[in-house]
Amino acid sequence: MGEQKLGWEGKTLIEMLIESERLIEETKHYYGIEKMSLKEQDPFRYERAYASLRGSLVSARETALHVAASPIVKEIGELCFALYTPEGDSIVVSTGILVHVHTMSEAVKFIIKENYEEDPGINPGDIFLNNDPDCGNVHTTDVQTLIPIFWKKELIGWAGGVTHQIDTGGITPGHDLVAAIQRFDDGVYYTCRKIGSNDKIWKDHMINARRSVRTPMYWELDEKCRLAGDLMIRDAVLDFIEREGIDYYKRFIREAIEEGRVIVEKRVKERLIPGRYRAAAFFDLPMKKEAWQPRAKIDKITNEPLEIIVKEDGGISLSFEGASGPGANPMNCAKGAMEGGQWVLLTQILIYGDKVNDGAYFAVEKNYPLGTWCNPGDPYLSYQSPWGNLIPAYTGMMKCLSYGLFARGFREEVVPGYGFTGDGIQGGGIYSTGPLEGQRWALSTFEISGQGLGASAVRDGLNYGYAMWNPEADLGDVETWELFQGGVPYLARKVKPNTAGFGKYRGGAGFAGIGITAFSKEVDFFGARDGLVFHGSGGMHGGYPNATGYRLYAKNTNLQEIFQNQEDYPLGDPDPSNGEFEKLLKADIVRKPYCSIFPVTFENYDLFYHTQSGGPGYGDPLERKIDSVKKDLDEGIYTKEIVFEVYGVISDYDKVKEEWIINREATLKRREKLYSERKAKSLSFDEFWEYEKKKIVEKKLSEPVNRMYSESMQLSDKWAKQFREFWKLPNDFNLEVK
Amino acid sequence: MVEYDKKTLERLITGDLTWNELKPIISGRKDTNRFDMILKILQERVQWKEKILLPLHEHLYVVSKNGKRIVKCDCGYEFGDYRENWKTKCRVRVRDSAEQINQLYPKYMGSDPEWEEIREYFCPGCFILLDVETVPPGYPTIFNFLPDIDTFYEKWLNRKAPG
Repeated sequence: MGEQKLGWEGKTLIEMLIESERLIEETKHYYGIEKMSLKEQDPFRYERAYASLRGSLVSARETALHVAASPIVKEIGELCFALYTPEGDSIVVSTGILVHVHTMSEAVKFIIKENYEEDPGINPGDIFLNNDPDCGNVHTTDVQTLIPIFWKKELIGWAGGVTHQIDTGGITPGHDLVAAIQRFDDGVYYTCRKIGSNDKIWKDHMINARRSVRTPMYWELDEKCRLAGDLMIRDAVLDFIEREGIDYYKRFIREAIEEGRVIVEKRVKERLIPGRYRAAAFFDLPMKKEAWQPRAKIDKITNEPLEIIVKEDGGISLSFEGASGPGANPMNCAKGAMEGGQWVLLTQILIYGDKVNDGAYFAVEKNYPLGTWCNPGDPYLSYQSPWGNLIPAYTGMMKCLSYGLFARGFREEVVPGYGFTGDGIQGGGIYSTGPLEGQRWALSTFEISGQGLGASAVRDGLNYGYAMWNPEADLGDVETWELFQGGVPYLARKVKPNTAGFGKYRGGAGFAGIGITAFSKEVDFFGARDGLVFHGSGGMHGGYPNATGYRLYAKNTNLQEIFQNQEDYPLGDPDPSNGEFEKLLKADIVRKPYCSIFPVTFENYDLFYHTQSGGPGYGDPLERKIDSVKKDLDEGIYTKEIVFEVYGVISDYDKVKEEWIINREATLKRREKLYSERKAKSLSFDEFWEYEKKKIVEKKLSEPVNRMYSESMQLSDKWAKQFREFWKLPNDFNLEVK
Repeated sequence: MVEYDKKTLERLITGDLTWNELKPIISGRKDTNRFDMILKILQERVQWKEKILLPLHEHLYVVSKNGKRIVKCDCGYEFGDYRENWKTKCRVRVRDSAEQINQLYPKYMGSDPEWEEIREYFCPGCFILLDVETVPPGYPTIFNFLPDIDTFYEKWLNRKAPG
């Protein structure tokens, strides 16, 4: 038990936290810092101090991932480190998966608020482990190591590191488990737990951890990786204090965060327009037929409405008023993860070149309504895959900020959204033959780190090379993925046509892959992404959303025979209505219009197909340059039929020249025809309003749509009022779900 | 201080900058006169005389007309008071059947109309496509962006807000 107060000037950590919160509430400045005295007195020393700490964290990350790390961490860099104040506010961060900078902040605050200072005690050399989203994390497969940093007898900060695990021992193998519907399905939980002392991880913890997950070697490697990085940060901070002095350090960490806050307000005034911005995003959970558990068998659409107010002082307020409720599914998202999410958006869009720390967190007023999917307030729900809701929801923020960037003239910064870093194919099995016979393998590639980016207002989106939420925009090497998912070698990986959102500037294209089960037994497979609804808030200024995903797999195939006879096998699914699977295989082929499925069992020679996301488009597709459409055809981004329907372009493939030839005259006529169709097939707004209202009052809405409106109206009087007012419905109007 | 010449910004608007030209504009410090430069270029491009107060959209502008602020398309169609959602003056096409959605998206690659429909909002004057909403049937029309023009001009630009 700790007897001495660990805070500064004889305070406890809780007293320091309360004072910090009071000062920002009263002064609107972080820790009441209204004057940047260190920066003003000696700006070179101040900037050198920041750069040296920043360099230490980046160095810690780069070194640690090479010291010891699992393949996901090493290949795609799924880790990050941060330095925190004694109260848990981030001062400086490494590169990496930055959403966790603020989630670890929440975990430190949890430790303080739960008075760990008293029990179990916080001592030099202690090691804490956390993966509980309800007290500061995204999902349970993100695992954090936190250590306190002491100078003499005062706690002067925290070092934190996080890595993404392949498996945490949940109800099925994998890292975003569709089948988890409650906390007890999520796998092993460490709720800000002390797991070591004197810089050593306790043996009993490691024995327990190794027995709690399906990939114990990777777990242990990553624990060492995080601790190594944290210890390097601690050494760097102590060197910093030796060099600069403890008084300088204490003032510097406050000023650096206040500067981060001020920078957000400056950037907002420089690049946006004050006013009100709105967007809506949705996610589909078609679990009525998929779920194993009776209470999880419902079809649901999550409502993710976003309103942003850019205020006169350059501050931002953000609200998800009207959000759907949580549920017996893994997509529940804790408040800390949402706060980490908005922080990441700001660092990507507005403050990417400046001091990135929790100053950006303090610059935003947030409303994640309690009792909704984005702040359930219930630790017993499943938090295995909150990304399912968080990722589409925050496309709305990107789109809202883009309206402002466009109006201010910064068209090159406009991005209506990003592809869904989903359908991370998952599962696992046991080697049935070979040198690794009897060992488990996990199917968890991070190919998802290469999605299509949305178009901007001046150019097309990046093809299969962007990941909003992952640190490296990179598909990764097939050979590396095959190393640890040895039971599922690749049969093919190709650009997926017609995934790019349509527009004057098209979104980036996605890609697809085929895996074959081999040398294994007891193989589970599943995946998740958008399917029945489009991802996120869609395109902008007339651009369309990128295509949805779907599920395709083949069981009981004749692939062994095909290989023996050296015959053709499927390399993709370019036209889902006339599939290569059906043409080339004798098999039980399953196609589902949605993507999120509970695990299915595979035998050797079974195949699965997975599609990665394109990005949304910008502007009217009929304004796309004809030459750009020809390039799309030549590069396999779109097919002939789609460019005819959407872009009004008439083309034929020249087999001799091996390129697409455009009939320009016919194209211009086709475009005129499409304009005429717009006149003929559109309604006046009043007609449209009547047409849509009938769907509501005549009870023509489907069950999941009814459920979505019903939940949002129950959870938010404000949203219910807006809904009723727009459709001129009585004040007591409600929608019921049978 | 960074500044770009008018020709460069005109080519930015038309999407004609090469990647080598565009990249430094994206990653560099921003030009502080951008708003005024873009406004000047846009004003020269439109065929009507009303003063543009704010570019709201690729084709829509908040303009000053007879002392009132209205939304106007570059084709000349006027949508009325900027504080009201301009979409409520649009022509709207609703794609709420699989057949209509699959005209645009291949089978399995578009939304299920029972879950989500596609709404296309056209300018009644020129029938340019102004916005696409993909929302569940019955979802209220979204009011994308309501700028606070007075605050922007008077507090941020330190100028008298135009009428």
